This record gives sequence, C-alpha cells and structure tokens, in this order.
Amino acid sequence: MASGVKPRVKVPKSAAAGDTITIKTLISHKMESGQRKDDDGNLIPRSIINRFTCEFNGEMVIDVTLEPAISTNPYFQFDALVPEAGEFKFTWYDDDGSVYDTAKKIAVS
Amino acid sequence: MELTRRRMLAISSGAITMAGLGAFPAFAAVEEEIAEFTGGADMGEGGITLTTPEIAENGNTVPVEFEAPGAVEVALWADGNPTPAVATFKFGKLNPTRSAATRIRLAGTQNVVAVAKMEDGSYQMAKAAIKVTIGGCGG
Repeated sequence: MASGVKPRVKVPKSAAAGDTITIKTLISHKMESGQRKDDDGNLIPRSIINRFTCEFNGEMVIDVTLEPAISTNPYFQFDALVPEAGEFKFTWYDDDGSVYDTAKKIAVS
Repeated sequence: MELTRRRMLAISSGAITMAGLGAFPAFAAVEEEIAEFTGGADMGEGGITLTTPEIAENGNTVPVEFEAPGAVEVALWADGNPTPAVATFKFGKLNPTRSAATRIRLAGTQNVVAVAKMEDGSYQMAKAAIKVTIGGCGG
C-alpha cells in the first residue's frame, strides 16, 4: 500500500429531495506515471489509482477509469441527484491492489 | 562547410519539420483508440462541451471540465502524451448533468479530445487545443 493516501470528500450535509448537488473528491496519491526515470536512469514503475467509483445507496453515480495522465492527487468534481436520505460511498482502487474508501451521509430536509 | 547564418537557418527549420513529423504517429494512435471506443461509428459535434484553459503554465496539473447531457460514457484523450488515454467516465442514473471536472497531465502543447457515447448509441466529439508552457511527464 502506498503511504500517505488520504481521501477527502466534500458533500453537502443536507439537500431537498430531488435536488442536484455537487460533489468534490480528492485523494492524496503520487500517481507515478511509469514514464519518469530516477537519478540512475532506471524507469520508476507505474503506481497509480486506476479506478474511482461513487455510489449512492448502492446505485452507481459515476465510475471513472484512470490512466497515468491523471494528475498527482486525483481530483474529481461531479453532480449527483439526491432522491432520498442516504449515504454516498466513494471507492478508489490502487494498482497495487489496495482499496481506499470513505462514505458521507446526507440528510433530506 | 562554413556555418553561415543562412545555413544555420536551413538546419534549424529542417529540425522543426522533423519534430513536426514526429508528432503524427501519436495522433494516429489516438484515432485508433477513438475508433476502438466508438466501433468506427460516425461522430457528431455539439453534444459535448469541453472546457479547458487556452494556456496551461504547468503541464502537471491542467484543469479539464466537460458537460455532455444524455451521455452514458465519456472518454478523454491527449494526443501528444506518451500514452494518449486519459480517463473514461461512466455515468449512472443518479447523475443528472453528466458533467465532471478533473486535472490531467500534458506532456506539451497538444489537443485534448473528448468523445461521449450517448444514450441512443450515437457519439459526440469535442476537441480543445491547449498550449503548455512546462510539460508534465518528467524525463
């Protein structure tokens, strides 16, 4: 597992039912592209997050496949519809097999 | 031969042409990958909006945003990168606007291409040229 991986997610605490909200996510990860060389000229092996998903109460909101061209500390901003109160679940999949996840509850007012 | 100013100009313009030629195979690779994504189908324009900066000072993190109402899947490519594929976004029913923003790496000045697969099975394309001051692929 890559060190210092910390997911950060911004979701409003509450919304009206049927509202569209904007979600921002960031995860600290070096996203080693596999193109760079170290001081001795050896290629540094690729080590990136290759997939990111967001689900709301088990239903898919967004599913992203990441390539090495995504910047360090992958950032995503997208919209989601809130039909009812529930929980957003965010999952990141690392090249090395690690899975990072976090969840945010949202209330309907 | 004596290296005159005129000869120097001829050499350097030759070098520029060579560099230009070198860029073509990469773009062919992008077209192939797009054809793979669309299955060779024709692409319309206008159904997807791609928002990018005109000039990016740092190629390591270039903000890119797209909006494609009615898309089920959107793929991004950068035609001048060593590996042109950037990302593929799949949208679920709970995503009403089918838009997203992220940050990408660009090796140099190049085009970013976005292709959206719509709900009816058609494809829409958008392209944006970005000038990059400092490339983002190390090396």
